[in-house]
This record gives sequence, structure tokens and C-alpha cells, in this order.
Amino acid sequence: MARANEIKYLTAIKTDNRPKKYCRFRKMGIHYIDYKDGEFLKKFLNEQGKLLPRRITGNSLKFQRKVSQAVKKARQMAILPYVTDLLK
Amino acid sequence: MEVFTYLCSPLKKADHLIIHKNGKMNNYELMVIFTPVLSDDEYKAAQKKYESFVKENGGEVVNSKPWELKSLAYPIAKKTTGLYWVMEYKAPSSFNEKLKIQLLRDESVMRHMFTILDKYAVEYNAKKRSGVSSVTENAEV
Repeated sequence: MARANEIKYLTAIKTDNRPKKYCRFRKMGIHYIDYKDGEFLKKFLNEQGKLLPRRITGNSLKFQRKVSQAVKKARQMAILPYVTDLLK
Repeated sequence: MEVFTYLCSPLKKADHLIIHKNGKMNNYELMVIFTPVLSDDEYKAAQKKYESFVKENGGEVVNSKPWELKSLAYPIAKKTTGLYWVMEYKAPSSFNEKLKIQLLRDESVMRHMFTILDKYAVEYNAKKRSGVSSVTENAEV
């Protein structure tokens, strides 16, 4: 008979409990994302000015779409760059 | 019950169309980048010109805000700065095409963009104008 300390698992047990990601727009009750606010939109971009994926920002699909629309508008109006280095 | 909804739904749709045909006003926002070579007076005159153009065509200017000289994120027409101008207005849906022609003919306009504002956007803009700190500022990571 196997004793307790001899039990082996096929997959490693999760030990670190990361805080659950959430959609900040849902949480704060924001309905509209302003394309004119470049500084705010920079939170959703990486250093090259590319959009960050949802798995990192935690946005819900609805608001990720709105963010991407806002970023694209801001890029058209030269508020945000299309391509760059060291944005932040 | 099913018969009832069947009878009602086409009526509702028709109502909506009638409102639209009679010139329902929509909320729009226009952002323009003028060339930085404009003088202060020319800049103001250009804003006035488009504001009066909105009014002439049965529209209504809600707010007009010049951002003054701002550096661009990338050069447009070999210029690194631009005079921004944002106007919020109400107009019938056929109006934007007319305004677009005017903007494209104007040589002092480097770039322009129309945005259709939904009810949340109107609310947001009104709040921002009245000086209440916008909700987005609180949305930290």
C-alpha cells in the first residue's frame, strides 16, 4: 500500500494563487472609451505601440473591441504612433 | 400571443423609419488637424467658418474646443506639429457628406475625422466639459 508521501501526480499542483484578472471597464462602470485621451490608451499598448492582448490586460471582449477602435482612431489622428520604440 | 407580436413588430419598424426620414438629429464629433502655418486669426476664422456651416445646414454646435498647437505622433505632410480642433455637434445624417467635401477642399486642413457619438459618449463629453474628473482617470491597473 502506498503511503501519503509516496503519492505522485501527473501534473504539478498549483501552489501560487494569482489574483484573478478582471475587466477594469466593467468594474469601474465605464461605457465609453475616449480616443482623444492618448495617455490612457497607452496602458493598453506595449513598447512598440502594439495593442496588448486580452489575456494580459484582462479586458472583456466587448471593451477590448472598444479599446482597439479607440486606439486605431487615435493613430489616425496622430495622437498615438503607428510604430515606434520605447513608447513608455 | 404569437399573432399579437407578429402584428406589432412591423409597425414598430415603420415608426422608426418615419422618424429617421423627418431628419432625426444625430450626435457627431469632428476632429480636424490644421497646418501649423496658420496664424491665430486664420485658425479662429477657420473654426468659425465650419461652425457657421453646421448652423446653416440645420445643425447645432454643442461644443467647440481648440487644442492649439500640439506635436504629432508622426509627421503628416512633412510637418511635426498641428493645430487641433474638436467640435461636437448635432446634425441630420446627410450633413456629414457636405461637410466632408468642404474639409477636403480646404488646403489648411491636413486631416479630419468624424465620430458618431452614442449616448455614453455624449454623457462622457458633457461630464468632461463640466470639469468632473473623468471616470477613466480612476481606472488604474
